[in-house]
Amino acid sequence: MKIHEYQAKALFQKFGIAVPEGKICTSKEEISSLVSGMTMPVAVKAQILAGGRGKGGGVILGKTEAEVKEAADKILGMQLVTKQTGEKGTEVKTILLEQGVNIARELYLSILIDRDRGGIVIIASQDGGMDIETVAARTPERIIKVHVNPLLGLQGYQIRELIFGLELSGVVAKGFAGLLKKLYDLFTQYDGSMVEINPLVITDDEQVMALDAKMDVDSNSLFRHPDIKAMHDTSEEDPLEVAAAAQGLNYIRLQGTIGSMVNGAGLAMATMDLIKQAGVEPANFLDVGGGASAEMVKKGFQIILDDPNVRGIFINIFGGILRCDILAEGVVAAAKEVGLTLPLVVRMEGTNVEEGRRILAESDLRLTSAKDLRHAAELIAAI
Amino acid sequence: MAIFINNETKVLVQGITGKEGRFHTGQCQDYGTNIVGGVTPGKGGQEVDGIPVFNSVAEAADKTGANATMIVVPPPFAAEAILEAVDAGIDLIVCITEGIPVMDMLRVKNGMAGTTSRLIGPNCPGIITPGACKIGIMPGPIHTPGGPVGVVSRSGTLTYEVVHQLTEQGLGQTTCLGIGGDPINGTDFIDCLSAFQDDPETEAVVMVGEIGGNAEEEAAAWIAANMTKPVVGFIAGLTAPPGRRMGHAGAIVSNGQGTAEAKLTAMRENGIHVCESLGDLGALCKRVFS
Repeated sequence: MKIHEYQAKALFQKFGIAVPEGKICTSKEEISSLVSGMTMPVAVKAQILAGGRGKGGGVILGKTEAEVKEAADKILGMQLVTKQTGEKGTEVKTILLEQGVNIARELYLSILIDRDRGGIVIIASQDGGMDIETVAARTPERIIKVHVNPLLGLQGYQIRELIFGLELSGVVAKGFAGLLKKLYDLFTQYDGSMVEINPLVITDDEQVMALDAKMDVDSNSLFRHPDIKAMHDTSEEDPLEVAAAAQGLNYIRLQGTIGSMVNGAGLAMATMDLIKQAGVEPANFLDVGGGASAEMVKKGFQIILDDPNVRGIFINIFGGILRCDILAEGVVAAAKEVGLTLPLVVRMEGTNVEEGRRILAESDLRLTSAKDLRHAAELIAAI
Repeated sequence: MAIFINNETKVLVQGITGKEGRFHTGQCQDYGTNIVGGVTPGKGGQEVDGIPVFNSVAEAADKTGANATMIVVPPPFAAEAILEAVDAGIDLIVCITEGIPVMDMLRVKNGMAGTTSRLIGPNCPGIITPGACKIGIMPGPIHTPGGPVGVVSRSGTLTYEVVHQLTEQGLGQTTCLGIGGDPINGTDFIDCLSAFQDDPETEAVVMVGEIGGNAEEEAAAWIAANMTKPVVGFIAGLTAPPGRRMGHAGAIVSNGQGTAEAKLTAMRENGIHVCESLGDLGALCKRVFS
């Protein structure tokens, strides 16, 4: 789960990591009073979860109060379009007004889960303020990676490796070491998947400070971080996905026309691929859970039918332990309850599959029953 | 022979008194698995459907001689349950639980280094040696005992689909296991492939991967260098949008890494027989393996 820059910076402060002085603003009426008295210059920063804010015009540095107010008025409430938001953009509901700092150097620092090694990796570079993927592609020698064993924690020699690699010395080196330790603690204590500071700045008075902050927290850990859970902002998510998540469904909306409902994530992905191979585009990923209860099937129907692009639905349930007759009754009842009129292809497998197919065949729904996946693909192509 | 489990495996169930734990314990028993005890702290001395319950894994292992365990406890307690089983010297730990925090699994993974325990999962359907032993939540009857095919997968129901198609083609299985859909897991593809290569009963392997990480690429390279038995490969997630987690915590294409295309290319380049469409998998195996 991603959190906003201002939320990440509040966590940074809690852990003693220096950030510029800032104020949160959520309404145009507040702008004037919040800006008055701030030392110029002030950066006005749109608080959206999508990346690429700066290039999209969501970050403006104002040198006078008038400039800051004008920038704040412009950004707050705008539809900000970035490379990650799509064409429609994202409405800016919150802005951060942040005291400018005198920058001597810009660095890059991030901490990530390293799934391939089963550890934690720290990435740093002297080329702060740039897109790190670009730096990695063009000048890989300017990227420093340190692998940390999560049981042992961050070691002194590892911090020194970063300090020497970044060519830091004296007070700045000390400041960096302190910040890194705190950031590592924050990352591990708050179950980070990723925390990134770009740029991490060294000011002209040799302070080390997080000018930006990105943080992604492991969704599986939210049961032990109620404070992070409360930060969840669903306003940038697809409303159908938000509704599905609230129902306990694993749903991701796509652009196609054939909806699918599947039990299990791997089979759901493979089913999307099958739809595409049949010559049509999948409208969604939907995993109703390995058990696939009639209740979940009903909820799944409702979500799929709320997508106006859907022209047909494919249900692919590999029950195994489940009895197909009960599942079929559930599908028929749910389809009637939601008033399904779209063509439906059902492929199911499990105990009592023949009885299940008979129940489907005898229903008065626009439904065809597939005997296997190849047959299902043919039926989908014919929708 | 098969791999990792056989009809001599003695199994504990951690979380046996929960609804899921009790149901799947019964399913495993019905399949013929030798379930020798259960563990739920505070419920030691009770019985669940005639199976004795113990307060700790160490006590259960001591009293029953168990050498394997199935973990069906909620996510906040699952990592500790794995460590408790490791500490008790259990050889094979099968963790079904989905939703364990990654940070917990990092500690478990590194904490297990140097021990003799093997972890399968978490977030997996478990492992089955058809006709001998089932430790997991997969439907038993779709399997066919006697081999010659071994199946290893990152998924649950997708594995059942694969096994079902093998059975339909008259191809039996030696052992089938899911290694789990989480980014940090125990036993990986290479561990399983290596065991299948060494197992005289296994003559061919089906490997089912999905988007995210680079385990499939590493496995493909390992196969080219070490494996003499034919391998059929399948990858789910060709149509998955980048940057989105597809149900499984580990199924995500991030910064162009972990795409289905890259995995399929690695498989092809390393001599794996790639199945392009899931509906054709059984037929492809029949053709390649005979």
